[in-house]
Amino acid sequence: MPEKFDAIVVGAGPAGITAAYCLARDGLKVVMIERGEQPGTKNTMGGVLYRQMLDEVIPGFWKEAPLERHVIDQQWWLLSEDSAVKFGHRNSEHDKEPYNAFTVLRAKFDRWYAQQAVKQGALLITETVVTRLLRDSAGRVIGVETDRPDGELLADVVIVCEGANTLVLEASGIKPKPRADAMAVAVKEVISLPREVIENRFQIQGDQGAVIELFGDPTLGMVGNAFIYTNKDSLSVGLGAMISEFQRRRVHPHQLLERFKQHPVVAPLVAGGEIKEYMAHMIPEGGYEAMPPLYGDGFLVCGDAAGMVIAVHREGSNLAITSGRLAAETVVEAAEAGDFSARKLSAYREKLEQSFVLKDLRQYRHLTPMMERSPQFLGVYPGLLNRALQEFLTVDGVPKRQKEKQILRRILKERPVTALLGDAYRMWRALG
Amino acid sequence: MHAVVCIKQVPDATEVRIDPKTNTLVREGIPSIVNPYDLHAVEAAVQLREKYGGRVTVITMGPPQAAEALQKCIAQGADEAILLTDRGFAGADTLATSYVLAQAIRKLNAENPVDLVFTGKQAIDGDTAQVGPGIAARLGIPVLTYICAIRSFNLETREIVVERLLEEGREVVAARLPVLLTVTKELNEVRYASLPSMLRAARYQVRTWNKDDIEADPKQIGLKGSPTIVSRIFSPPQRQAGLQLAGPAPEVARELVEQLLQRGVLTA
Repeated sequence: MPEKFDAIVVGAGPAGITAAYCLARDGLKVVMIERGEQPGTKNTMGGVLYRQMLDEVIPGFWKEAPLERHVIDQQWWLLSEDSAVKFGHRNSEHDKEPYNAFTVLRAKFDRWYAQQAVKQGALLITETVVTRLLRDSAGRVIGVETDRPDGELLADVVIVCEGANTLVLEASGIKPKPRADAMAVAVKEVISLPREVIENRFQIQGDQGAVIELFGDPTLGMVGNAFIYTNKDSLSVGLGAMISEFQRRRVHPHQLLERFKQHPVVAPLVAGGEIKEYMAHMIPEGGYEAMPPLYGDGFLVCGDAAGMVIAVHREGSNLAITSGRLAAETVVEAAEAGDFSARKLSAYREKLEQSFVLKDLRQYRHLTPMMERSPQFLGVYPGLLNRALQEFLTVDGVPKRQKEKQILRRILKERPVTALLGDAYRMWRALG
Repeated sequence: MHAVVCIKQVPDATEVRIDPKTNTLVREGIPSIVNPYDLHAVEAAVQLREKYGGRVTVITMGPPQAAEALQKCIAQGADEAILLTDRGFAGADTLATSYVLAQAIRKLNAENPVDLVFTGKQAIDGDTAQVGPGIAARLGIPVLTYICAIRSFNLETREIVVERLLEEGREVVAARLPVLLTVTKELNEVRYASLPSMLRAARYQVRTWNKDDIEADPKQIGLKGSPTIVSRIFSPPQRQAGLQLAGPAPEVARELVEQLLQRGVLTA
């Protein structure tokens, strides 16, 4: 007879660890099953972790967790082939405790976070793949099957936090295979550089951090973007775009990344660095419309597995953490009532509706599809803007009035007034 | 039967990547694993226990994080795991390491007589293959290295017959218990641990012994007990790429002779 737990958590990433942490803290018997050798070895993100959501789980976590730098400087650069229009913001508020966001390296951070859940009493099983959910004759989820001998475990509730690659949900008939236009792929390198060099290049000191998001040329105008984040003594440099776009353009992400690092505004930032790690990962960017059912009889779905990503704000781990916390809250209430039916567990969705998670996901529901239908946003405008500024700033004896006309003519040649108005309207609508 | 398996936590060589630009090893974030040969040693001990009953105790000397490696061995079926950890053990070479392990085995033997001591044939980081024989020498028991098969094992006659994997073939030898065996990966296939074993390992609290627990002589442990001096570490020079000749045989033959003349292998 397989061992029975109060709850099984599939996957030890931000969502799963949070759920396990909260459940164990509240005295439930919980086991986390992770396929990697350690939590974090298979988990990847660009590298920005927002403080607020994790602070709600472990107050003051940032004083002891292995974090890289706190972010004080955020920039958005629009790139053409050889130039950039830069826009950014830096403030001193984000330089003060308890800080707003941190850069992190997941191999270190997730491992630490999982240890906190273990300290609360959660069991952690690594190197074990959950293959499907077990159901009883009435279709209720009653446990999981793993790839281990005698590999079944039972539980009142299974919290699926398996990440972007939703093999368990697919094998269990809860969600179809994702479409290529609902899934992005991102590649990233961790490039080591001496601390002082990073601090000079990004104008930061001590544990201050800077992050840059770059649009346009890095992805050849495909829906996606590139990023450069500062860690203590390395940079996280990467880019991503929708899989459907890579298919259509027939380019490989790593080719684009190599090309990106050669760009004249990027090359000086990464010069002299040594590649320490290379990683690639999928990101579910299908948004609200692509989300699977979030609950059912005996199960809940959190984080990336539930498609909880807001690409435009590069948010994912904070949604994962909040969803893991709300899932645990729901399960604790269900355990008190002794009722793990879909009806009881639907409280999870209500909690998400009341939080920023579903509010934000719903607000941006049209953005990704609109961007995919409108390649001009990342394909045409960055180049247009760069050329306009270049022309405007070139002092060559052409009278200013004439120059302004030239610039306007050029813009209108590539995007007529109707198209410009249409784009503005589309963007306004998509941003809700 | 009481088998003691000595294991070592090492960096995972399969995860060590080469930086394509500098051709150096990328060590950042490399996970630690149980030395692969040691897993075969654990497997051998567990298989004997499954057949003859008894206990399997796994020990290692290392820092506190080496407890993870011991937990992995519990998942692989060991009954008990003991971590030998003490600041005084740091900086040990093979001589000092074999002393600490031998002291621990003496203590275990006093609690429950030890019939077999297993180690892997060598560790993949140091590659010395000295610790196993060193333990046997200190305990005054026979050592059989490079074991690739256990032919028979008899607790009543206290005899074990094994095959040793040698370069020129296999050697069949018999020995009286207690004996120390260093094992090769040909000995067995390491099992994929069952889920109940994984759960047991996740709950298992590794016991720790310090230098006083094993009554260690302070002069024989750690740096003090280690006469080895590593004067330099370097990568061997890369071998030159070979030359391939292709084309019609007479031309290739002419080109080959010319190349050999040029390199001074042949003289005209």
